[in-house]
Order: sequence, then C-alpha cells, then structure tokens
Amino acid sequence: MPSHPKLATEFVKNKERAKWHDQSLWFVRSKRDLAAHQLPEWELLREQASKIKSYVVSHLPDLLEQFEKNATAKGVHVHWARDAKEHNEIVHSILEKHQVKRVVKSKSMLTEECHLNPYLERHGIEIVDTDLGEWIVQLQDKPPSHIVMPAIHIKKEEIGELFHEKLGTEKGASDPQYLTESARQHLRRKFIEADAGITGVNFAIADTGGFVVCTNEGNADLGTSLNKLHIACMGIEKLIPRANDLGVFLRLLARSATGQPITTYSSHFHGPAPEGEMHIVLLDNGRSEIAGSEEFRRSLNCIRCGACMNTCPVYRRSGGYSYSNTVPGPIGSILGPAHDTKAHASLPFACSLCGSCTDVCPVKIDLHHQLLTWRKEIRLKGLLPLSKRFSMKMLSWMMQAPRFYQFVGKTARRIFPYLPRFLVYNRFNAWGKQRELPDMPKQSFREWMKQNNDRK
Amino acid sequence: MTASRDHILSQLRKQSVPASELPDLQQAELTQQWITYPDLSQQFSDLLASIKGLCLPVKNIEEVNQRLAELSVYQEAKQICSLIPDCGQPNVNEKEITDPHDFNDVDFAILPGEFCVAENGATWITNDGGPTRTLYFLAQHIALIVPATEVVPHMHAAYQRLSFENPSFGTFIAGPSKTADIEQSLVIGAHGARSLTVFLVEDAF
Repeated sequence: MPSHPKLATEFVKNKERAKWHDQSLWFVRSKRDLAAHQLPEWELLREQASKIKSYVVSHLPDLLEQFEKNATAKGVHVHWARDAKEHNEIVHSILEKHQVKRVVKSKSMLTEECHLNPYLERHGIEIVDTDLGEWIVQLQDKPPSHIVMPAIHIKKEEIGELFHEKLGTEKGASDPQYLTESARQHLRRKFIEADAGITGVNFAIADTGGFVVCTNEGNADLGTSLNKLHIACMGIEKLIPRANDLGVFLRLLARSATGQPITTYSSHFHGPAPEGEMHIVLLDNGRSEIAGSEEFRRSLNCIRCGACMNTCPVYRRSGGYSYSNTVPGPIGSILGPAHDTKAHASLPFACSLCGSCTDVCPVKIDLHHQLLTWRKEIRLKGLLPLSKRFSMKMLSWMMQAPRFYQFVGKTARRIFPYLPRFLVYNRFNAWGKQRELPDMPKQSFREWMKQNNDRK
Repeated sequence: MTASRDHILSQLRKQSVPASELPDLQQAELTQQWITYPDLSQQFSDLLASIKGLCLPVKNIEEVNQRLAELSVYQEAKQICSLIPDCGQPNVNEKEITDPHDFNDVDFAILPGEFCVAENGATWITNDGGPTRTLYFLAQHIALIVPATEVVPHMHAAYQRLSFENPSFGTFIAGPSKTADIEQSLVIGAHGARSLTVFLVEDAF
C-alpha cells in the first residue's frame, strides 16, 4: 500500500485546495468547541463515557451474550461474523431469502470496512447509500474520506458536475440548496422502490437488547420505516451496558462530531415492527484481538464522532484518502496498523504528537500516546523504511557522543550558509521538500550559556 | 454461525482484560453537576429555534388549529394527515392505510410527541411500528403536539422516563431534517421533514 507521505504529496500539490480543506475542518472543530463550552459538566461527561466504555471492553463477552438474549427475546435475529467475508455472506443470505433486489443503506463505516456494496452488487443486488455525502462518493465510485462527512474533500462545483452527469441536473449548477433538493427527489424514489433497509449502529444496549441509530438527514428512518426488513450491522465494541448510559453518550456524540446539541434523529429500535423482520449482525474482524492488547485496548472506546480528525493538523492538511484506511485520521492510524501492521506502517508517523486529538476525544482515548506506542511496535517489527532507520541510527550515535555532536553542530553552522542548494535540498532532505530550512544560528545554546554565565 | 459465535466469545474470554467499574449515573455527585435552566420551556424553545425548528406554546388544541392555519406550509399543504383528534383539517385517513408507501404524498402530518428535552431541543416520539411510523420521516412537514408540562432539562432526565421492556420504536427528533454534506453549507430538508413545529399545549388533550 502506498505510504501516507506518498499519498499526501498528491493532495498538497494543490495548495489552495489543501488550505480550503484545512479551513473546512477547522470550522467544524470550532463549532465543536462552542457546543462543548455550553455544558459546564462537559469534562465530567467525558470521564463517565470513558469509564463506561472501559467497563464494556472488560466485560465484552458477558455483555454480548446479554445483548443477544435480550434482543432475541424481542424478536430480533442475532448473527455473529468473525470477519468481513462472513459478514457479507450473512447479509446477502438474508436478502436472498427475502428475494430482495434493491436495498437502501444509511451510513455505516462498518459496511465500508467489509466492502459490502461491491459484494452485493456482484450478486445482482442494487445497494444505494442514502446519506448525501456517502451517496456522492458512491456515485464517484470512491470511499468516504471522513467518517462523519464523507464528501468533505469535494467542491460543490465538482458535485454539480457529477449530478449533471448522473442525474441530469442543470449544467454548471453548484448551489448546495439546489443540489441537495435534486438528491432528495432522486433518493425519495430509491426509498420508495427499495425492498429492505440496512443501517449501521451507533450504540447497542446490553440490558434491553435494543440499538440506537443517529442521523441528521432521516435516511435511516425512512429506509427502515418503509420496509419490512431491517438489517443492522455493528462492530462488537458498539455495546453499552444500560439504556441510561445513552444520556452520557448522546450528549457527547453530536457536540463532538459537528457541534450540534444532538443529531436530528436518534432512533431507538427494540425489536421489529409488528409485521416486520429485524436482523443484527455482530462483527469481530480483529476487534477481539485489540481487546486483549494492553496498549491499544482503549481504541475500542471510540464512538466514531470524527472529532480527532477534525482537529488533526495532519489530517486537515493531507485529506482522508492519504490514509488509505476505512477510518482515517488519528483513530484510523491506530486501528489500521492493528488490523494489518505492514500495510499501514506509515500511519502512526502521520502525526506531530501535538495531542490535540486526545484533548477533544469524548471518550478520552489517549490517541497520541497510542500512536507513539505504534511507532515503537513498527520499529520492533522491522517495518520502518530504510531512510528512517538509517537517520535514526545516525542521530542516536551522534547523541551519545557529546563532543562529536558539538563538532558537527559547529561545522554545520559555519558551512551550511555557503553550501550550494543542491547539496542541501535533495531527495535525502524530506523536511526541505516544501519549505526552506531556517537560517543557521550564530552560536549554539551551549555557547550562549557559557557566555552569559561567564558574565555573572 | 454458532461456530463463529463461540469462536468470538472464546477469543474474548481468552484475553485478560483488567476489570473496571461501571459508574453509577444516579449518584448525587454526578446528578448535582448536570446543567439546570430557570425556564425549561423557554430554553427548549430557544434551542429548537437555533436548530431551525419552531416551538409554539399554546393554551389548547383549538389554539393549535388557529396557529396551524397561520403557517404557510400548512396553508399550502394538499394532503394532511393528523393522528391527534380534532386537530387540523386532515384529508388523509390513516386508518384506511395499510402500506406505509401510501403516505408518500402527505404534505403535512400532525403527530403526537411525548416529551421535550430543554438542553438540545429534541422531542421524544414513539410509535407502534405500524404504517404511521413513516409519517414522522416521510411527510414533507410535521407538527408535534406535546403537553406543555412535559419538558425535561437534559438527556439524563429523559432516560429516567424511558424503559424499553417491550418491543418498541422511539426516536428523539430535534428540528427538521438537515445536511451539510456539500461544502459544509447547511441545507434544511435532506430526506425527512422540511419543517418541524412543536406545539406545547397547556390544557390536557
């Protein structure tokens, strides 16, 4: 898989666009701050959320069994899938049994993780993503670049062009109001024609056997209230012990995600409608392994609000696609290597360790600490690229020899200003690719100290 | 199937995860910290306005009817469905409809809401899961009729009122359907209702 720096290079080539992307996400981050500051108990809520989620991970098998028992008692069919392949087969078999030809799906990162869409399409089933952002990227035949705002990287003019081509909207139209209305009209037909609805799950409640789905658009509710068959797909870490815990999580989720006080629709499903059928697919796909890891267990606390990516200086400036992982940004850089360390070895390095992600995380995941731990793991597994290995070795050698360090520093300060450009800015200087090195200082800190101390 | 279930559970049980405590959300140290508002209805109304919904406090159903008649989206509605007795001038009879798809052309639906949440402008609604459930999402515009006494300060208080013992459907609706998926521009009326009006009714109905 191409490394993060390689993919990011493409993105930052267009400076204006990279800046626009950065600002769009910072705007969302600012809205999050405003919303969080409205609640004096914000930090207290984060603490409770973190404690509840830690409890969940430490009691996951019991809670899963409790959830299964209570959901089954309410008439829900519960399925278990070890991996993406099994998940897709289960969903397909349910749809096949009901002879479903058309499905509407609300946003679910889990089905993206499993690549459910292409799987069902190969089996002759039409599947339409109904979240506007996700539908836009589906029309482009691309994955979402952000977990909450899938099309955050696309300009309205490009969406206008796409809609003109696919839906026959007016050429050159780029007004968000007009484009959204066209999507509404088009997708209404899809909702009406569909035979089944698939949704993700934001929270599943062990002691009631129910689950909650949050949307702003109302697409999950339209897709499920018009159809008799509802399939909900969830990762096993989405459990919470009690319905009361939702008080904590629903207060945090939308405020952290987009700065809204709550999503427009927070729907609580407990069993199928009288004549309907409801299925839940519980997916592991590596999660049980993360639960056993002392270092990375807390990444299972994640409620997928996206706050860590909105604030991340690297994500904002390099775009979601530079991560080539279903979940991008700081949390994705932890989950990616946990799933396939080799393929995602560059992600934990796409981080300045500024810790902003840790500050905004509503469930208090120590994201930047985990990213640092991943770097160590990747080094131990021998997955560091040669350039990094070599320069680290040199540095470590130099740092251990104070006199040599002083000598190198002194020499560099003297000769650097006179070196021709090609000797300083070449392929070995990754730092200098898009920026100038600062001017060399006249003296080192050590020299400065000596001078100032002597004076006293 | 059961093989996968057993595999996942045994995989999880194999991991040694240090036990951790579940916090008691009812303890006074926490509940004393939750936000309070001097006037719950006013807070709810202000919050709902900030998320593009409309809250109208009224005396009784008669006044609901008067205020409805003043709403332009209601005046322009061709198909109206009401689940509240004597409320609105409905011309779609929900009792005759067995397939939710037949509500497709409803322009305005008048529906019951159970209680409102001051901190976030949400109204809790429930439905028996019959065809009328779709009205909350499929109708072009909706009005929710809620007793004025039923406003709780925050989500913790909301869940104190809810139990999910039996199969049920319920949702918090906060404002009209919206999206900002195109360049972060807020557009009202994504897939669900284009407008939401909550009537807080003083007299019992």
